[in-house]
Amino acid sequence: MTNIYNDPIGHWVVVVVAMALMLFVLLTGAAYAVWYERVALGHIQRRPGPNRVGPWGLMQMAADGVKLAFKESFIPAQTDRVIYVIAPTIAVAAAFLAWAVIPIGLWYNVQYWIADVNVGILLIFAVSSLNVYAIVLGGYSSNNKYSLLGGLRSAAQLISYEMSLGLSLVPTFMIVGSLRLRDIVDYTVHWGPYTGPIPLILLTPIGFFIYMISAVAETNRTPFDLPEAEQELIGGFLTEYSGLKFVLYYLAEYVNIITASALATLVFFGGWYLWFVPPVLAFFLKVVLLVFVYIWLRGTFPRLRYDMLMRLGWKVLLPLAIVNVIVTGVIIVVVQG
Amino acid sequence: MADEPKKPDGENPSVLGDIGALAKGLKTTLGEYFSPQVTLQYPEDKSPRSERYRGRHYLRRYDNGLERCIGCELCAAACPVGCILVIAAENTEEKRVSPGERYAKTYEINMLRCIFCGYCEDACPVQAIVLGPEYELSDTSREKFVYTKEKLLEPLPPDVQARLDARPHPNPPPRAGEGKT
Repeated sequence: MTNIYNDPIGHWVVVVVAMALMLFVLLTGAAYAVWYERVALGHIQRRPGPNRVGPWGLMQMAADGVKLAFKESFIPAQTDRVIYVIAPTIAVAAAFLAWAVIPIGLWYNVQYWIADVNVGILLIFAVSSLNVYAIVLGGYSSNNKYSLLGGLRSAAQLISYEMSLGLSLVPTFMIVGSLRLRDIVDYTVHWGPYTGPIPLILLTPIGFFIYMISAVAETNRTPFDLPEAEQELIGGFLTEYSGLKFVLYYLAEYVNIITASALATLVFFGGWYLWFVPPVLAFFLKVVLLVFVYIWLRGTFPRLRYDMLMRLGWKVLLPLAIVNVIVTGVIIVVVQG
Repeated sequence: MADEPKKPDGENPSVLGDIGALAKGLKTTLGEYFSPQVTLQYPEDKSPRSERYRGRHYLRRYDNGLERCIGCELCAAACPVGCILVIAAENTEEKRVSPGERYAKTYEINMLRCIFCGYCEDACPVQAIVLGPEYELSDTSREKFVYTKEKLLEPLPPDVQARLDARPHPNPPPRAGEGKT
């Protein structure tokens, strides 16, 4: 394995294969995230959800995809055509880019990654904040006042929550002392007789809660789905999109959910380490559980009003995150001397 | 916050209380997640119909196979939308269709017009027409909705037949001799 990486051509072959594999896994994962969301929301409302197409409705997404793909690719009059088409591709590109640095443990000492960047998590933040461009540009270019309002809301919302999202992870970096995701997962403690990796949520529970709330807001999910807001804004930035361009936005949303869940798994739940469970299965289980939390939140809470959203972001989460960083710093200094 | 509605007295807003409320909501939805579902898988399972449900019509026969309908056209007269067409003909010794003097040569119901009020069933003096439990009457052309006598004379579902047999007749049964020829 090491030899392949040292050979320049071999390295590129490995990277390209890894990217293709990751693309396939993510597309499938996003499709089944949609399926699972529909089923889980159904169960929360005591109905079965899609269960007709294929066993347990597993082929429902294929049917929907074919239907959407065959729709007319419609561009409304007097739109900014170039931006209108580019905006959804930005959404998808930004969603997939984050996976360039996310490592996955495949087996007990075999790990998988496309790029092992030593500031991986910063890269994820940088890329995930590109998502706001997709939404703002999509809303701006649609030549529709609802789309524009949705885009503006989204810009304000994403900027507000980006701060607490970043700060919520700072205590973790301070404890681990590295921004490389693999190092964070492998963070080892010596506590009494125990030596080994631990889920960092035990050390930074407040950070996890801030991260979770901010991540829901970052991915524009209920109860923070103000850019879409079907009741007031018809669909916000999505109003004028149909067919495959709509699919791109939809895909990006679900890939972002999986990314946020995977990141939480890596940073807070010890990644692929789970007792005796095989690493890849453990990683999968943790991600699915976190995706379920997203769906659970969506099935429970109503949408926040806009001023509530801003107040929560700036007056509650941001100060809490800053205090969390300061307190963690003090504790680290006290413990380590 | 000036734009926030005031909370009712006796409820002291507190952060812990609010978080508790959120947790309670999450608990409720999680409980629902694991509760049995209420959905009926429709084409396979159907919700039970009332005994007196008014679905599609049936023309009944006596036990000996003779048609009950005597072609009196009272059903057509009672029909509020005029969807029943009855053309009567005389029974003869060679061709006896019903026990009475006349029988319905043509009996048609336009199901697109029918409002399923059941007045025809009430009007019929010999209990010839009844409304059965079927309600899935969709079809592919308008012509197919004009139910002819052949279709209406299809045997009733057995459970409906048994129920009708047990029901006391609101109208006098056919006079002795008329029912058996």
